[in-house]
Amino acid sequence: MDSTTLLARITDYASRPNPYPLYEELRETGPVVQQADGSYLIGGYHQIAALLHDPRLSADPRTRGDDTGNQPFLRLDDPEHHRLRTLAMRPFGPPHSPGRVDGMRGEIDRITKELLEPFEAGRQIDVVDDFAYPLPVAVICSLLGVPREDEPLFRAWSDSLVAAADVRPEDDPTERKEAGEQARMEMAGYLLNLAEQRRGKPGDDLLSHFVNEPDPALRLTQEELAATAVLLLIAGHETTVNLITNGALTLLRQPEQLDRLRREPDLLPQAVEELLRYEPPVQMRERIPHADLDVAGTPVPRGASVVLALASGNRDPQRFRDPDRFDPARPDNQHLGFGSGIHLCFGGALARVEAYAALRALLPHLGTASLVQDPPPYRQNAMLRGPRHLPVQL
Amino acid sequence: MPGDLKSGRIVIVGASLAGLRAAEALREEGFTGSVTVVGDEPHAPYDRPPLSKQVLLGQATADTTGLPMRRDPEAEWRLGVRATGVDLLEKRVRLDDGESLPYDRVLIATGTRARPWPDQREGALDGVFTLRTREDGAGLAERLAARPERVLVIGAGFTGSEIASACRELGIEVTVAERGPAPLVGALGGTLAKLAAVMQRNHGVDLRTGVTVTALNGDGSFTGAQLSDGSRVDADVCVVALGAIRNVEWLADSGLAAGPRGIACDAGCRAFNMYGIVTDDVFVAGDVSRFPHPLFGYQMLSLEHWGNAVEQAEVAAHNMVNPGPLQRPHLSIPTFWSTQFGLNIKSVGVPTYSDHVVIAQGSLEARRLAMVYGYQGRVTAAVTVDMAKSLDYYRHLIETAAPFPPPPGAQDRAIAADVTIPSAVPDPSVLSHGPTVALTGYLPDRRLTVV
Repeated sequence: MDSTTLLARITDYASRPNPYPLYEELRETGPVVQQADGSYLIGGYHQIAALLHDPRLSADPRTRGDDTGNQPFLRLDDPEHHRLRTLAMRPFGPPHSPGRVDGMRGEIDRITKELLEPFEAGRQIDVVDDFAYPLPVAVICSLLGVPREDEPLFRAWSDSLVAAADVRPEDDPTERKEAGEQARMEMAGYLLNLAEQRRGKPGDDLLSHFVNEPDPALRLTQEELAATAVLLLIAGHETTVNLITNGALTLLRQPEQLDRLRREPDLLPQAVEELLRYEPPVQMRERIPHADLDVAGTPVPRGASVVLALASGNRDPQRFRDPDRFDPARPDNQHLGFGSGIHLCFGGALARVEAYAALRALLPHLGTASLVQDPPPYRQNAMLRGPRHLPVQL
Repeated sequence: MPGDLKSGRIVIVGASLAGLRAAEALREEGFTGSVTVVGDEPHAPYDRPPLSKQVLLGQATADTTGLPMRRDPEAEWRLGVRATGVDLLEKRVRLDDGESLPYDRVLIATGTRARPWPDQREGALDGVFTLRTREDGAGLAERLAARPERVLVIGAGFTGSEIASACRELGIEVTVAERGPAPLVGALGGTLAKLAAVMQRNHGVDLRTGVTVTALNGDGSFTGAQLSDGSRVDADVCVVALGAIRNVEWLADSGLAAGPRGIACDAGCRAFNMYGIVTDDVFVAGDVSRFPHPLFGYQMLSLEHWGNAVEQAEVAAHNMVNPGPLQRPHLSIPTFWSTQFGLNIKSVGVPTYSDHVVIAQGSLEARRLAMVYGYQGRVTAAVTVDMAKSLDYYRHLIETAAPFPPPPGAQDRAIAADVTIPSAVPDPSVLSHGPTVALTGYLPDRRLTVV
């Protein structure tokens, strides 16, 4: 097959259960493979890592001339990105709130326990709907200050937004983008309204902190607050679901590793890192060069679409020994699961804590469990990849 | 018989970062013989960077900075014993307890010590400190915790500046006396050092530049100091931060190329003897070494950097147990970092090997920038202030000898990015403290212009 349609083949829904042979083809053809749609696909670990640290790569769609409204910091460049990310980090992490994520462990354990209560032997459950989805939703709702019962509301918006951000080379994105824009406006209005209710009546949630910031120089404008809150709510649950589900699926497929983790629970934090390498929820990220680049000898013009296949880099034999093996004790595991550089996942610390708590609690239930369907049905999205359902017989 | 290299007796002199990492790496490389590590301090290897930061701030105690072991190096530890010499012919390391250790290969990693105040009587006053060892860190931390009225720091290199930063964070008044024109000038050059001066003053440091301390006052206890401009500083604690001295005296009669600038070695960490002939069984790593680097004109570099100690130790260990054709050169690009006055400063390359600089990203006003250094039209170093995520990009420019100034297209690129200015690297002899990167050959000619 023609390597200029690799991206189309990767994003083809039929490839969703196992895109890794295509990534291998990409690495062997690459390091840079220009696609039929004009984009450049990059799959080598070292090239991706270098580009993620290259300040000439833009995450802002306006670099390509796209006329978009207010962008969240995920899709901005410095110095705007730095300012907004730093302000968003103030109530969330170090240096101003160093204990925040760690302090959520108790609550995360409580939610986990509550969700696992109905998991009795002999039952069939759906790991996604019954556990991996509701857990991060409950956590991000509590953190951000969003009522959990509004979940059906923001789930619809979130679905539209995530679909709009998907890359599908052989598909006209206009309609998806319009629907996404509509969802974004509605979600922003909803979150701004919630934030407004907390002005002067702060709780300990992030929205409260944002609207009650005493220093005017550190305050987000309404537009910035909207973009930031939408980003945190979506990114806070769309990815962790896949991390937890991929974890359960990987372990059910490899009972010897499951047994090992049950015997050696101290390996769990490392096992989470290995999952982020082996089955990363974020498979690809798009960037746009501000200048003409030379990537390992291949010219890449400014304004082009550069698709960094993080999941391919994670399986690059030039970087990882025996890369297709899931090894929970793997040393030197500097994976690209959270990206790298200035856009390194904002919520990485929280995702780790959630995945650790979830897998630790889930392990005892998986010992005698079996997959009902393998491969399970996947979600449409190729960038944010994960099973839509994971039916399991306990 | 290359197999022999995996066994035998290896002695490592120096039980700090480089010594420990070398011992670990020897085992990683499959060395099965005996490893003996000699250290003059009584402690197991410990980490020094926290001593001028977390320890002074009371966030950690000095005895908690022990270095984690990546694996058990299965070594015999001879701690609290000083090596007094090495006999290259007999292949023995002499110790001050009268014993001598036979070796097949020896690694010298004796590092540096703090340069003491030149007047011994004044330096012995109660309240006068240097900062290099765990005891130094504990003693100074204790004194700062007792809330002195004012601290005088002599020398505004990295150690001096970090101490001043810790004092201000603790709310203690501090005066910094620096012979050069600005803090950190020896490491960063005059242009970026101006930002360092502003940061110190904005944080309430009484910074005096272009002055030296001529005398320490006190009768038993330190009470203040005289400065070369005729002024006087009253203080109850004094930290002498005048740079480091390389621990080479014990090698004076060894026949090795060991001098005040360190022990010269080749790119494979093999020591030279005094005639410039490379030895086969004597290796050097860490602060005490000086080695040639092709990216910096093959000048002999001496680096007092944590990262260099680790990387050089690993290369030395590899080369100690592998035959010539499998040996590796130590060519890693120097890096260092510092935290002070709320800023994260990171460097890659050799900033003092430069004639011009440019602010490639960010700005002095934003207190967030990437300054790129060039020498004769190619990139030789970069220093980021609160912008470390770009460092790998600049490292790549240095590795590939990319043209200076760097190409356009970077995010947060200032108008100033098109304006190159002299890097104002001072002659090291005018500094009151030693620069942490010493180019031990020649200095680049700063009058040259960009090609």
